[in-house]
Amino acid sequence: MAVLTEEIRNRIRAEFPKYPNRRAVTLPALHIVHEAQRAVSPEAMKEIAELLELHPAEVADTMSFYGFFRTPDRPLGTKRVWVCRSLSCMLRGGEELLADLTKRLNSNVGGTTADGNVTLEFAECLGACEQAPCILVNDECHGNQTQDSVLKLIENK
Amino acid sequence: MPRFEPVLLKRIDKPNSAALAGYRADGGYTALKKALAMAPDDVTNLVKDSGLRGRGGAGFSAGAKWSFLPKNHPGPIYLCVNADESEPGTFNNRILMEQDPHQLLEGIAIACHAIRSNAAYIYLRYEYGRSYRVLDAAIKECYAAGLLGENILGTGFKLDVRLHRGAGAYICGEETGLIESLEGKRAWPRIKPPYPAIEGLFRKPTIVNNVETLCCVTHILTRGVEWFKSMGVPPDPNNKRDQGSYGPKLYCISGHVNKPCCVELPLGVMARELIDVHGGGVWKGRKAKAVVPGGISMGFLSANELDTKLDFEGPGKVGCLGLGTAAVVVIDDQTSMVDVLYNCCRFMSHESCGQCTPCREGTAWMTKILERIRTGRGKLEDIDLLYEVANSMGIIPGTTICGLADGAAWPVKNAVTKFRGEFEEYIRSGRSSITPAQQLMAAH
Ligand SMILES: Cc1cc2nc3c(=O)[nH]c(=O)nc-3n(C[C@H](O)[C@H](O)[C@H](O)COP(=O)(O)O)c2cc1C
Ligand code: SF4
Ligand code: FES
Repeated sequence: MAVLTEEIRNRIRAEFPKYPNRRAVTLPALHIVHEAQRAVSPEAMKEIAELLELHPAEVADTMSFYGFFRTPDRPLGTKRVWVCRSLSCMLRGGEELLADLTKRLNSNVGGTTADGNVTLEFAECLGACEQAPCILVNDECHGNQTQDSVLKLIENK
Repeated sequence: MPRFEPVLLKRIDKPNSAALAGYRADGGYTALKKALAMAPDDVTNLVKDSGLRGRGGAGFSAGAKWSFLPKNHPGPIYLCVNADESEPGTFNNRILMEQDPHQLLEGIAIACHAIRSNAAYIYLRYEYGRSYRVLDAAIKECYAAGLLGENILGTGFKLDVRLHRGAGAYICGEETGLIESLEGKRAWPRIKPPYPAIEGLFRKPTIVNNVETLCCVTHILTRGVEWFKSMGVPPDPNNKRDQGSYGPKLYCISGHVNKPCCVELPLGVMARELIDVHGGGVWKGRKAKAVVPGGISMGFLSANELDTKLDFEGPGKVGCLGLGTAAVVVIDDQTSMVDVLYNCCRFMSHESCGQCTPCREGTAWMTKILERIRTGRGKLEDIDLLYEVANSMGIIPGTTICGLADGAAWPVKNAVTKFRGEFEEYIRSGRSSITPAQQLMAAH
């Protein structure tokens, strides 16, 4: 059984006309699959490779370079929460925010809560340093966070 | 001094500043119309004459870069818009994209006309989800209004603009790392030459420009070269290599100030003015101990160097790497430089792509040495060791493929030179100031 649904395949195919070759669709395809399946499995890599007319190893090589993508042994939870640890945020409590969240969510950095709801990670500079400390929930940034505001934010997202 | 009227940020507080209708009502896309009535080389020459230098970090003349493209090339020629903005402390591209996407899209269209390109890719860091959605909507508006696609403004000019999302790697901001990543590979920077203008994306001639650079282009077309050159700092007549620092610049101010913000000013403002006037002063009534002048890669200004002009030449005069992204990060006098430097080194070690041994190993070792110092196990020799490692990595000593390594070395060199006493005192004391939160992060 194919692991990529027809809907996912069509979304990947829709990227083809934007580039002069299919290899350039590697990142868009990985994003589409990763977002839907919360990880990219070896089977999915193989099917992406078929669509892009590549060798599976080429897809795996590219994917492994970007720490962003998860493999099925550690899939993403429903929400992905990143806490910035780079300089401007560190100077205004970013590391403390992250340490506190590990306790309150009972999850380590990189881990996912037992109910599968939240994956907690550190991020490098999120490009919103004027609002330090910042967090990213999925791909939306939220600035000026405190230990309490961050929990509320995660619950409501 | 009269208050400077922002140009690049002029529209950002308007309601619906991202919508095409408002942009056009404010005179938007007339610069493109003007450019399309000119020969491509004339547009390139205009940009060259304006003295516009790249805002992405290297400060290379935009017009000169465009003129390096091969003549009479059959095409395709590509424009890559560098929207990977990931240098710690930097966030001006994000504001430009979220608040005024058409200003950027107009700059892209003008640049593409000048370089004879029909295809532009905006390489956008994944974390900028809001920018992605705003730009995506703005691009759709342009296609619907005949400002992108075939026969733009009835002139026969054709252009497609595509958004391409990154996947959380700083090295994708280096122009050839960006190109490799766009091609679907690991973002390993290429050995240069050939430069992208000769052989870039999909092995075709390619121009890579920063978001802010392209936004400036729009205004150079409408307001002209004289206007652009009326701002900033002319070249130092005693320095033949100084090309001057002209035009408006977006300065980012963050860290220990009362009012972190992004402010637009003519190039060449003093660090002190940014902190005291625009950033509302150092927080909690404290003093600045150190200031990052242009993203962490550029190193540090000490408290005695705050009257440094932040133009393309200023930071270099006090031993920093350069102006970089003009992102100022203020560090107060209660903060340990050991912690600050550790943070910078950890970032670079995490983001090194690993191709070059001096960078891969050097960034890892500098981080380990600082970890040792921070946990009270440092030795005085570690200070010279740090300097030695830093001094042997980068394009400047000629040991690496890209400039990440120089950006990793510079904060180390500056810190152990300008704050040596603090490092010595810390090591001699044998203390470990590491907090539980820092301990946790040190594991990653
Ligand atoms: C490690 C590294 C990271 C970089 N990151 C960025 C970036 O995020 N955005 C950017 O515009 N330029 C970045 N640059 C500079 C680019 O290589 C390139 O010089 C720039 O995009 C050219 O555009 P400009 O001439 O308009 O400034 C980076 C350079 C290095 C060495
Ligand atoms: S200098 Fe560092 S980041 Fe740049 S190519 Fe070499 S290893 Fe990669
Ligand atoms: S350092 Fe956290 S957003 Fe820039």
